[in-house]
Amino acid sequence: MKFRFKLCVIFSLCTVLLLTGCSAIVLNPKGIVGQKENQLIIDAILLMLIVVVPVIFMTFVFAWKYRASNKKAEYAPKWHHSNAIEVFVWGIPIMIILVLATITWRTTHELDPYKPLHVPGVEPINVQVIALDWKWLFIYPEQNIASVNMVEFPVNVPVHFVLTSGDTPMNAFHIPQLGTQIYAMAGMTTHLHLIADEAGDYFGRAVNINGQGFSGMQFVARAASMSEFNAWVEKVKKNSVSLDINTFKQLSKPSENNPVTTYSSVADHLFDNLVMSFMMPGMDLDGSHNHNTASASKPE
Amino acid sequence: MSTQENVISAQAGIHPHAHHGHHHDHDAEATDKVVFGFWIYIMSDCILFASIFGAFAVLHNNTFGGPDAKELFSMPYVLVETFLLLTSSFTYGLAMLGTYRGAKNQVLFWLGITFLLGLGFICMEVNEFHKLILEGNGPQRSAFLSSFFTLVGTHGLHVTCGLIWMVLLMLQVGKHGIGAVTTRKLACLSLFWHFLDIVWIFVFTVVYLMGAI
Amino acid sequence: MIEHILGKLDLSAIPFDEPPAMIAGGGMVVGAIAVVILITYLRKWKWLWTEWLTSVDHKKIGIMYILVALVMLLRGFADAMLMRAQQAVSVGSAHGFLPPSHYDQIFTAHGVIMIFFMAMPIMVGLMNIVVPLQIGARDVAFPFLNSVSFWLFVVGVILVMLSLIVGEFGRTGWLAYPPLSETQFSPGVGVDYYLWSLQISGIGTLLTGVNFFVTIIKMRCPGMTLMRMPIFTWTALCTNILIIIAFPILTVTLGMLALDRYLDFHFFSNSFGGNQMLYVNLIWAWGHPEVYILVLPAFGIFSEVVSTYCQKRLFGYTTMVYATACITILSFIVWLHHFFTMGAGANVNAFFGIATMVISIPTGVKIFNWLFTMYRGRVHFTAPMYWTLGFIVTFSIGGMTGVLLAVPGADFLLHNSLFLIAHFHNVIIGGVVFGYIAGITYWFPKATGIKLNEALGKASFWCWLVGFYFAFIPLYILGFMGATRRLSHYDAATGWHPYFVIALVGALIIFAGIGFMVLQIGTSILWRKKNMDTTGDPWNGRTLEWDTASPPPFYNFAHIPHVHSVEPHWDHKQALLNAEKHPARVESKRAYEPIHMPKNTGVGVMIGIFGFFLGFALIWDIWWLVIASGLAIFASVAYRSFDYDIDYYVTVEEIEKIENEISNRKRA
Repeated sequence: MKFRFKLCVIFSLCTVLLLTGCSAIVLNPKGIVGQKENQLIIDAILLMLIVVVPVIFMTFVFAWKYRASNKKAEYAPKWHHSNAIEVFVWGIPIMIILVLATITWRTTHELDPYKPLHVPGVEPINVQVIALDWKWLFIYPEQNIASVNMVEFPVNVPVHFVLTSGDTPMNAFHIPQLGTQIYAMAGMTTHLHLIADEAGDYFGRAVNINGQGFSGMQFVARAASMSEFNAWVEKVKKNSVSLDINTFKQLSKPSENNPVTTYSSVADHLFDNLVMSFMMPGMDLDGSHNHNTASASKPE
Repeated sequence: MSTQENVISAQAGIHPHAHHGHHHDHDAEATDKVVFGFWIYIMSDCILFASIFGAFAVLHNNTFGGPDAKELFSMPYVLVETFLLLTSSFTYGLAMLGTYRGAKNQVLFWLGITFLLGLGFICMEVNEFHKLILEGNGPQRSAFLSSFFTLVGTHGLHVTCGLIWMVLLMLQVGKHGIGAVTTRKLACLSLFWHFLDIVWIFVFTVVYLMGAI
Repeated sequence: MIEHILGKLDLSAIPFDEPPAMIAGGGMVVGAIAVVILITYLRKWKWLWTEWLTSVDHKKIGIMYILVALVMLLRGFADAMLMRAQQAVSVGSAHGFLPPSHYDQIFTAHGVIMIFFMAMPIMVGLMNIVVPLQIGARDVAFPFLNSVSFWLFVVGVILVMLSLIVGEFGRTGWLAYPPLSETQFSPGVGVDYYLWSLQISGIGTLLTGVNFFVTIIKMRCPGMTLMRMPIFTWTALCTNILIIIAFPILTVTLGMLALDRYLDFHFFSNSFGGNQMLYVNLIWAWGHPEVYILVLPAFGIFSEVVSTYCQKRLFGYTTMVYATACITILSFIVWLHHFFTMGAGANVNAFFGIATMVISIPTGVKIFNWLFTMYRGRVHFTAPMYWTLGFIVTFSIGGMTGVLLAVPGADFLLHNSLFLIAHFHNVIIGGVVFGYIAGITYWFPKATGIKLNEALGKASFWCWLVGFYFAFIPLYILGFMGATRRLSHYDAATGWHPYFVIALVGALIIFAGIGFMVLQIGTSILWRKKNMDTTGDPWNGRTLEWDTASPPPFYNFAHIPHVHSVEPHWDHKQALLNAEKHPARVESKRAYEPIHMPKNTGVGVMIGIFGFFLGFALIWDIWWLVIASGLAIFASVAYRSFDYDIDYYVTVEEIEKIENEISNRKRA
């Protein structure tokens, strides 16, 4: 029995080490949101192992001990009920789920993607994200610049992403090392708050299947120092190309594996007008109405 | 627990009934199964309608600049439709009374009346759809109209199936009279017909009445 | 003119430019022709028609379901191999052998086939074979409807297979989220194949649900109260309740998508007020219960297997029933956990997350009950028991990752990643597939009279188990590394490549497992003389199905049994043992009486054939054929409705003859 107990301890420890070890290395979060989510994953797994490890252990022990050839083992063919065991098998999972549910309630509110992140004395930066076929357009409303497949923001500054989509399938936006992902849909806006606590280039991409160019629909999320970020904004502003309505319409056409592009200025209210254009018949991206397109379209 | 006695025993001895006795047993059993099964089918049909009602509830404000329920529907017209369908439920009830009395002609007569009332309902509905489409307010106009046409149309499709079924049953009653099998089939159609009436009351309330407010 | 006759169909529908599709499709055509030639050569058409295709016998329908499903397992697995191979080579500058347009069809087909045309039909097939026997009935409530259900399922299968060589399949993922599945983004026939194959076979499934619900409620033999039903029948009952409630939602959802595609409605379009989130909600309101539709019967199988091979009564029968009922109810209030990242509020997300975790409580209880059934039992290490032990370990891990994904905070990170893929394969392979294979092995002798080879069964088990861990542990890790699902290509810098290679090795090991399975079934049938089960009770079973012969006579029981306990067959055997000690208690031979049975009918096949034409015509816009086949289906139903001569009585002489043959077999 003693030996078995030791075996059990060693086995559980190995599993725990393996899991925490693996997660710590491969998840490698670079922001508070991601870090909290990683911690949550590890906590939840550890909590559940309380029941999973004994189950796996009991499977092997029971199967071996009560093998048919072992005539020495007790055999009680009619034994099929025990109040004590019933209390145990309902009680333990209920306890664990109670704890996990409490954690879930707290963390779901804490990690709500719509909840702004507060860093004392720092104003968050706003980025509007438009999913197009098959590239990501980032608009900086305060800086009045835009970029494709590349989003840069200062490190340790909360980033408020507002997301929508052009006339494309449903999209989802994810920078794994920073944490939460969110869907981006035409005619709707979703919000996401992230922060990076270490400078670097992080990999981001579309994570909901959206057709031919899906695999190549990725971008770089660059967390830079404040001065580097400001320098980048200045550099972009000097760029000759601006994102007017026509350029945007051109950009909206399906294309794959787009290179990083930047725009020195952006048409007024482009993001809002794009969202509204799916809700109002005949509304153009400059906010004007064109009644010719208001009538019902006919199938081809 | 005791296993001393035989825990499986088949019905001992020969069945006391003669051969035709079996038939009666079997008919009663079959009617029980079929009517119960048909009830279950209706429950699942309920879910089907509930899903479409759900979609309508989500989309009923999404008119995309097009007309809403208030502008589109004429209450008196819908009231006549409703009256036709409710009356047809009543006349079907009379047909069922005839069935239990075994009065074949009475059954055929009331089924005929029910059919005509149902047909009237369908014709009015088709006419309403036709008018809406001609005015450019077809289901392609907006998500609201898509869900309206689907909800009302699905009900109409059910009524149409009920009407076809009714014709088939009238032929069978004519051929076989009122027997165990025809009674069972008439009972199932009765369930179906009353069910469609109830669904229509919901359609009337949710689509037309609440739309008019 | 030609477009009126053939609709959208022309030679360009055949994908000559896609070698994998052409090879697979060509193989399929050659295979089909070979089967036709073989049947003709053996002059078996008449036999096939009268004994099988037109049969309304639930056991034969069940066998046909499983046979077709196993063929589809091979097809679905071929898709899986192609995906694994593509992802193992398509890294950096290499782009593999499948362009996205083809790769996307493959993962869509894989999901659709494995869920709808592999798992569902095996489940329905086992239910067909076992449930009436377990409740002491002679048939299902509506035998003809059962045949129609089967043939509608076959229509779905044929349409999906046909999409390989005529046209294309959807490129949208197995749930075809709009707007991607709308005409605007998927103008081809792929989504139409998807819609009609699911819609037609889905109607069959709904009929099955009603049929078996009525069978279990109304046709239990005398003495079998609800709380005396075998656990498999209980899980089948709950599964059928889920089917009855969930499948109409699928019908409506696919119907709306079809209206969007065919008639330019705007349920889910980007503009005109459509709402794509409505589709996502509706499809998961069906989709989540669907998961339990598949797994509950697997739980039932494990309950039967554990109890039989431990030679011990199932621990906690009542608990098991209540746990099953809990899962059934809870499965309807968790669908939102499939899209925590769609912008729902924290309260909503937390509610659905916690509701999901609560399901793990009754599920955990079930696992403990199986463990305590082994406790103080006599565990016989047969192949089904191997699958069960493998299941308990694997499913516990899958359950854990599932609860993890139910925590919204964790799902925010892991959603749409390969972690999710690893999780649901963990529960579907480790739970559903292991369970169904255990069930097939366990009941094979009952359905056919032949026992399956044990050694090959165990070889298959080890390959499946080891292959599973090799194939999916890397996917868990890849999920943690941020690897997204459904990618046909990724950058070398991601560092994912080695894990994809290991996953491919795992898939190859599973392939060997499937090979052993085919070998096992093939050789066992070929050398059936050695593997005959003449006793009707090869495993020393406990429930009613082991009380009749293997295979059972078409009327199942010469005398309808009366039961007085949860394990009537076991108690019966105990009573006989006692009777030998007290000879006075030996039963007297009972006289037979005529048995009322349904007649075979070809109408089910006809509805299937016309149903196929209807589906095909809808896919290719061949409107005259739509009308013609629609009318033909109506005519078939009407014909059946006018046919009052649908059943007959089996004479006492015939019963005596069959029963004598059975007892001769037993003596020999």
